[in-house]
Amino acid sequence: MSAIQPPAAWVKVHPAVVRLTHWINALAIFVMVTSGWRIYNASPLFDFKFPRDLTLGGWLGGSLQWHFAAMWLLAVNGLVYLLYGFISGRFRSRFLPITLRGILGDVGDALRGKLAHDDLTVYNMAQRAAYVAIILAIVVLVASGLAIWKPVQLQWLAAIMGGFEGARLVHFLAMCAVVLIVAVHVVMVILVPRTFPSMITGNIRSR
Amino acid sequence: MKRRAMGHRLDHQSPKEIALIERRLFLRQTLSLGALALLSGCNLTEEEGVQSVLSKMSRWNDGVQAWLFDPKRLAQEYPASAITDPFPFNAYYGEDEVREVDAGSYSLELSGLIRERKPWTLPELYALPQTSQTTRHICVEGWSAIGKWSGVRFSTFLERIGADTGAKYVGFKCADDYYTSIDMASALHPQTLLAFRFADQILPPKYGFPMKLRIPTKLGFKNPKHIKAIFVTNMYPGGYWEDQGYNWFSGS
Repeated sequence: MSAIQPPAAWVKVHPAVVRLTHWINALAIFVMVTSGWRIYNASPLFDFKFPRDLTLGGWLGGSLQWHFAAMWLLAVNGLVYLLYGFISGRFRSRFLPITLRGILGDVGDALRGKLAHDDLTVYNMAQRAAYVAIILAIVVLVASGLAIWKPVQLQWLAAIMGGFEGARLVHFLAMCAVVLIVAVHVVMVILVPRTFPSMITGNIRSR
Repeated sequence: MKRRAMGHRLDHQSPKEIALIERRLFLRQTLSLGALALLSGCNLTEEEGVQSVLSKMSRWNDGVQAWLFDPKRLAQEYPASAITDPFPFNAYYGEDEVREVDAGSYSLELSGLIRERKPWTLPELYALPQTSQTTRHICVEGWSAIGKWSGVRFSTFLERIGADTGAKYVGFKCADDYYTSIDMASALHPQTLLAFRFADQILPPKYGFPMKLRIPTKLGFKNPKHIKAIFVTNMYPGGYWEDQGYNWFSGS
């Protein structure tokens, strides 16, 4: 006779603020990246262009309109998320501590397909590192974007990045970091699909 | 829904296989969702409602930039060693279509909210107090280049002609059929020049003979070349690129 399973324990992992800002951010990043690729194509930094079909806006002027409209969505939504994360203590409780040894251990396990997901209510070290990294990357992305947008009015900000041309490079590299982390994030969600509904409902089965 | 339709077939699969199939399905649905978003994105800009929102956001950004604009903040000046040589040619047409303006018959026309509207000849303009700047020209496309321009401070010129500096806009009409306009605060900025020289030489045709507006606090397309008429107005004048969707203020 098999043992009687106790009822599944549903645990609230993502408060409404986090779920809402997550999806608004996903939309904002999607618009910013696809319109940004078209803007990049108008004067490529490197010897390649992004495929037209993957870009948003139709032409440089259209892409700029999308980019400078969605930047408000990205910035305001990001500020709400950051304020909430710091004030509520969520950043501290979910993201700390992070140790290099822990990250390397988890990444090693993940690459060998042995990353444990027995308790989805706690972020493992690799997750913590990735989530902190994408927050920082988006902060750098916004800061370098402001420097490119206002290299005279915000010249102190541009100067930190080596002036206008430096800020362009920082903006491009930060975009690459964000796209890379998002790609890994999406792959991980596909590999552990039961995490997906939790970003909509907020709840997850702890086992 | 799809899960249900496949339900009876899945009954015969092992839990592991079901998980695999579900994973694949999830992946496919996610991908098609992304593709759908991209597909509609291509034509999204054309949609009237979308275009109206984007245009309103652009007007809002005009306001934010006017608020951010500090009339005393100067664009960085560079040493001669930083000058970009050759300086790139840029216009809405190719370099082989550059307009030649005849210096002898040229006169600058003035209109609108200006007290002294008599036209100016080139010798008269060259006789105005001249100043130079070596600044970075930033194109809306993303590239930038450093050059040296010389001419009269635009604020000095506006004062000479008795322009109403309380008006909202200064508009420019050019010999190459280009046109644009700027806000009065930027027009009065100390680095905004009516430039007659580039790299210490009279402006060659490709850089805008006989004069261009050099305004380092704005993007390149707000620096009209071959100017033949200037007007002051409170009615929004738009511009060649602005009317097609580039942001009007386009401040740096």
